[in-house]
Amino acid sequence: MTEIPESLLRRSAEAKAKALGIPVEQVLAEMKGEAPPTPPAASEPSEQTAPPAEPSPQEPSSDPAASSGDVDALLAKAAQVAGMPEALLRRSAEAKAKALGVPLVNVLAEMAGEAPPVGAEAPPPAAEPPAGAPQPAEAPAAVAVEEPTVPAPTGNGGGKVAAVVSPRPSVPPAGVPEGVRTQRLLTVVKAKAIQQVKAEPHDKVNTWPHLMLVEFVALLAMTGLLILMSVALQAPLLEAANPNLTPNPSKAPWYFLGLQELLSYFDPQIAGVTVPTIIGLVGFMMIPYVDRNPSTKPSDRKLAIMLYTIFLAGSATLTILGVLFRGKGFNFSYPWKDGIFFDDLKDWVSFE
Amino acid sequence: MANGNGKTGLLERVRERTAEAVDRLRGSQFMESVFRPGSPFKKGYADSPRNRSYVIMNNVLYHLHPVKVKRHGVKLSYTLCLGGLSFFLFILLTITGIFLMFYYAPTAERAYVDIQALSTNVAFGSLVRNMHRWGAHLMVLTVFLHMSRVFYHGAYKPPREFNWVVGVVLLLLTLLLSFTGYLLPWDQLALWAVTVGTNMAGFVPVFGDQVKFALLAGVEVTAGTLLRWYVLHVLFLPFIIVIFMAVHFWRVRKDGGISGPL
Repeated sequence: MTEIPESLLRRSAEAKAKALGIPVEQVLAEMKGEAPPTPPAASEPSEQTAPPAEPSPQEPSSDPAASSGDVDALLAKAAQVAGMPEALLRRSAEAKAKALGVPLVNVLAEMAGEAPPVGAEAPPPAAEPPAGAPQPAEAPAAVAVEEPTVPAPTGNGGGKVAAVVSPRPSVPPAGVPEGVRTQRLLTVVKAKAIQQVKAEPHDKVNTWPHLMLVEFVALLAMTGLLILMSVALQAPLLEAANPNLTPNPSKAPWYFLGLQELLSYFDPQIAGVTVPTIIGLVGFMMIPYVDRNPSTKPSDRKLAIMLYTIFLAGSATLTILGVLFRGKGFNFSYPWKDGIFFDDLKDWVSFE
Repeated sequence: MANGNGKTGLLERVRERTAEAVDRLRGSQFMESVFRPGSPFKKGYADSPRNRSYVIMNNVLYHLHPVKVKRHGVKLSYTLCLGGLSFFLFILLTITGIFLMFYYAPTAERAYVDIQALSTNVAFGSLVRNMHRWGAHLMVLTVFLHMSRVFYHGAYKPPREFNWVVGVVLLLLTLLLSFTGYLLPWDQLALWAVTVGTNMAGFVPVFGDQVKFALLAGVEVTAGTLLRWYVLHVLFLPFIIVIFMAVHFWRVRKDGGISGPL
């Protein structure tokens, strides 16, 4: 084993001591191999992920001294069965025992193949994760349901890091047809992590090939559309720029024509400044902070949807009016009578 | 395979040889080094859940997409791919725009002549110019429709509020990119559309004249305006929009991927 500097060891011990609520000296002694390992939870068992109501009359696992001879023998056997190093297996068994609230011996016995799966015995209500811990919505395996994925975030005395590890159940759980993969959620959660942890299961598919295929087809379709358009429609190029010759009418690009249309109804201060910057920019940026309704269901957002639809319809109307129905002097005209006064469109449609 | 009299058909032999050659190429050190483990272009790729994950995870695509996405988000009817298409149009516009830059000088004497020459003297010049112009219009449209899609799905709600703000900035930048490009052909359409557009900017309270002056590099559209808008169009605005796009895409991932289902 590599030598760990004293300062680092001390920091680590302090963190652990704080997390477990025990004196630093005890942790240090344990780290140096002078004391038995302190079970996380020794001081505040009630705060742990273990269910509040004990499912079994026996004392919950974590007392390693209880039957050390038994445990060691089982551990050796289980390690042989699983083909894993003893240390890893022990950690795994301890975590499982803690999560399920059963003695360590039972878990080890199961791992060694001497007992039926532990998870299957635990009564469901007692084994439910504490409130606040995300719960798998539709866990396919019985074991998965009874293993809380995440320790209770409120457990201030809990270990800094908890991992839920369990051996693969040898028999598929009831209700799952043979050959179907069942999933477990495995999460390593730091207490007071900076990221929000929401290990809620979602119905997900692999990005490759499912999403990539859709995207690739969309890209091809867009490229095809653009090339077709570009072959069929010539981009406009009028006479060279001449500042002394004002064309009649002078029109802005189509996406500003709605504004230009507004300019012919309202004062420029309103149509040229207030509408685009205040309503258009600031207003749109503020939408998420004004609309505090948390629901995304269309039936709950009738007002928001109505307002946006009015905006869409209004801007479309103004743009179409500006593009098609404004002729010489930006006066109203009918495209089918007076022709189109919009050069980008000249090649597209013809009413002649 | 034998064809009747025991001889191997020519077609069959060609097929075998080709397969061998492809296998040798895919197993070569060069190809091994190009594709990272898990790539479907690698020799011996087998379709398995693990390899499907590796295709994304061991790929530059991992910057854009997670290994798994919500099933409803893959349906074309949910997003219509509008955000992705906007990004793709931006890439197409960059490529066609670089092509156009080879044949265009932003001076009052040469700008118009260069654009005219595109359709007569340059191979595919007319096609590329058309693609650039229609692509720009399409991009304004897709960005706007993308915003509408996001609104109707309520996808701007927590935790995605700030990404909506970034998106509004991206819409504004798209409009500005399109508008600055509008002047570059230096024809009557360009000159007067820009005159009308910048006149609106002159109505800004208090600083109206100054804003207009800064935009036009003068009091009216001149050669100085052309150079200014050219630099804005090919350098400044693309630079800004790429930064905002990076933040936008990053936030999509960090805010939990696609929103919904409804």
